[in-house]
Amino acid sequence: MSDVAGAATTKRARRNGAGRYGRLGQVVNELDDRLGVAKGGRTFLDKIFPDHWSFMLGEIALYSFLVLLVTGIFLTLYYVPSSAVVTYHGPYLPLDGQRVTQAFESTVNLSFSVRAGLLMRQMHHWACDIFVGALVVHMARVFFTGAFRKPRELNWTIGVTLLTLAIANGFLGYSLPDDLVSGTGIRIAYSILLSIPLVGTYLAFWVFGGNFPGTAIIPRFFILHVLIIPLVILGLVGAHLALLVRQKHTQFPGPGREENNVVGSPMFPVFMAKTTGYLFGVSGVIALLGAFAQINPIWQFGPYDASRISYAVQPDFYMGFLDGALRIFPAWSFMGFGHTIPLEVTIPAVILPGLLFGLAYAWPALERRVTGDHAIHHLLDRPSWRPKRTAAGVAALALLSALFIASSTDVIANFFHVSLNTVLWAMRVIVVLSPFVAYPITYKICKELQGVHGAGKRKTPNLVLRTDEGEYVAEPTPAYPEDVHQELEPTPVPTFIEEAGVEAEAATPGVRIVER
Amino acid sequence: MSDESRTPVALAGLRADDPRLEPSARNPHVVEAVIAGLMVVGTLCTAGFGAAFWVNAKPWILGATLGGGLLFLGLGLIAWGKYLMPRGPFVEERHPLANDEAEREGLASVLVDRGASVIRRRPLLGGLLGGGMGIFGIVALFPLLRSLGPLPKGTLFHTDWRKGSYLVDQTGRRIHEGDLAVGSIVTVFPEGTENTDRGQAVDQTVLIRLSNENYVTQKGRATWGPKGYVAYSKLCTHLGCPVGLYEQQLQLLVCPCHQSMFNVTDGAMPTFGPAPRPLPQLPLYIDGEGYLRAQADYDQPVGPGFWERGRS
Repeated sequence: MSDVAGAATTKRARRNGAGRYGRLGQVVNELDDRLGVAKGGRTFLDKIFPDHWSFMLGEIALYSFLVLLVTGIFLTLYYVPSSAVVTYHGPYLPLDGQRVTQAFESTVNLSFSVRAGLLMRQMHHWACDIFVGALVVHMARVFFTGAFRKPRELNWTIGVTLLTLAIANGFLGYSLPDDLVSGTGIRIAYSILLSIPLVGTYLAFWVFGGNFPGTAIIPRFFILHVLIIPLVILGLVGAHLALLVRQKHTQFPGPGREENNVVGSPMFPVFMAKTTGYLFGVSGVIALLGAFAQINPIWQFGPYDASRISYAVQPDFYMGFLDGALRIFPAWSFMGFGHTIPLEVTIPAVILPGLLFGLAYAWPALERRVTGDHAIHHLLDRPSWRPKRTAAGVAALALLSALFIASSTDVIANFFHVSLNTVLWAMRVIVVLSPFVAYPITYKICKELQGVHGAGKRKTPNLVLRTDEGEYVAEPTPAYPEDVHQELEPTPVPTFIEEAGVEAEAATPGVRIVER
Repeated sequence: MSDESRTPVALAGLRADDPRLEPSARNPHVVEAVIAGLMVVGTLCTAGFGAAFWVNAKPWILGATLGGGLLFLGLGLIAWGKYLMPRGPFVEERHPLANDEAEREGLASVLVDRGASVIRRRPLLGGLLGGGMGIFGIVALFPLLRSLGPLPKGTLFHTDWRKGSYLVDQTGRRIHEGDLAVGSIVTVFPEGTENTDRGQAVDQTVLIRLSNENYVTQKGRATWGPKGYVAYSKLCTHLGCPVGLYEQQLQLLVCPCHQSMFNVTDGAMPTFGPAPRPLPQLPLYIDGEGYLRAQADYDQPVGPGFWERGRS
């Protein structure tokens, strides 16, 4: 084909395209001329998302992160990251005349004097709690269904890193208002750094710019919280999603669902409608929580003063397991050879989380080694098919839950009118036993489920019949009509839809030949 | 434009009456009406949010209208996608990500053969580059860390208590021997530090009056508790929280963070909880005018443990 003819063809095609698809077709042509997006764009809009409720857990995390970004940007406009001491004069009279840091003053002011400031602050805090919670639940889904297996180990690693960063950034943000409760939290973090053998004092001094509290910590936490860690999280979220698109979704096995395909709804328009609605829904719920559920009323705690303490010292929920571990670990300080190793801090607050997260990172490799399974998997497991993995996961969750409960020993003792000593010892026993009790029970349940015919489906009654010889036989009755699978044969996403009655252009119905 | 891009291609389509394009709702019209209702409510709430913002309404009204608007619009959109859009199922093929053996060998040989040949010809340059980059890494890392803060040196071993320091309360008032009744407690600082960060964070001390008589909390501290006044560092030896609760009946100091308890009649020995060491005691004396003063600094580091702390 000569160049002139080629140009003419292209021109004709462009005109045709513009004619058939109007303005939008013209925009597509112009974009494709410059960026070559037609093919990739269509592949992207054709991407199939499996229809299973458990796949939306990660979306909750993603959308609460978006809410965090939006509300966080609002908050940075008013928050002042400074430890400079000022005298508070403002609308909240109980604090009038108190010496507070600018960080605290600006947080109180943005809560009371900035329009929608309190709402944005509470939404930010709620979104953070939901973000971390959704990450944990999403991670549990991925773990129990074996979605982390080859080829997705890298995405699992990114996910564990995201959880670590989310927890760290949550703690930093919780510290920024410089109120009495969060200040105590910072002091505990400082003491945990101090406890690390050999390098602890240097680490603590470098993080805090000297002895506690100093004036460096608020600006440093601020820049980490609003810029550095969010950027890393944003980059990793991008990588997480890019890998998801590149490797395509996993799916549960079922009719028509094989290792070499993905069955579900296309990106455009079905998934896009659902997920955008979901973004709105998640944001809406966070806004309602921000409206009706008070969170972190710092003006009631008062400004941080290192020599004061509040009785209600509680971290956010995702720090609970660490607090619980610190409470119940015995006072085993090692002293010898001229050195002190505060094991009562190092083990529960450094080694324990290190082991837990290290195990999470290492799990895909560990499982490959133990099972010898190096194959590529795109079809998910039901948890009961892998009793050992499921039992191990439940054991870890049981340990974390027991540690979390241990973070409220004083509340439990007070509520049930039992001695703190009893609660402490009970929690020590429960924490140590929980994984060892959870593992065999879960294992047994999984094994039982494997033996149950049609587990996970609705039970139908058995019909017991007596034969003429007097023998009894049990026969399952037919399944309920609505339980019978009536799914249609899956089809590739149609590029175009022929109106009924309109004469098809092409020789074969359902196929259209276009010139490119 | 390449020739391939001009080749005619076939696009797959479906007839409009294909069952997979039908909505999954049994009564699409009813569902459509419900969704329309949700969206109307959502739009009204959103408009209400704008109005509430304009008149600077209470935060809960702002949140309720914003949240309601987003939630109802979201529910409508989800329902539209779930019940009224083509129910499918649709499928796409999953092609293996792995390339064939030849492609893999190609990449491996580029990395190994081509790279190795460059290094093999100029081993000196390779070694120098590696060494230089390594040293750069170390040099970049350590001064960067070092500039973050001072070295700890001895600062963790001392407080601002000196021989003769007056005990003052948070307002800076000196404590006189007649100020506290038996069983009372007050937080004190060395005079001049009561409003400083370091005073509040490091020097904070609890002063308790246990009796009217000279009180000996432990052997070797015969003169430390004149007229029943004993003083302990207020920093919990577990994680440095202020030991802010005093259980008067049991004569226990309690840390609210992790419930460590210290017996004030027995040199603040820990009796419960994770704290491993007693609170250091500040030796006191009463001067000629009746003011409480410190005999010396604490005889050991205050607060939580650390590597260089030593045995005491």
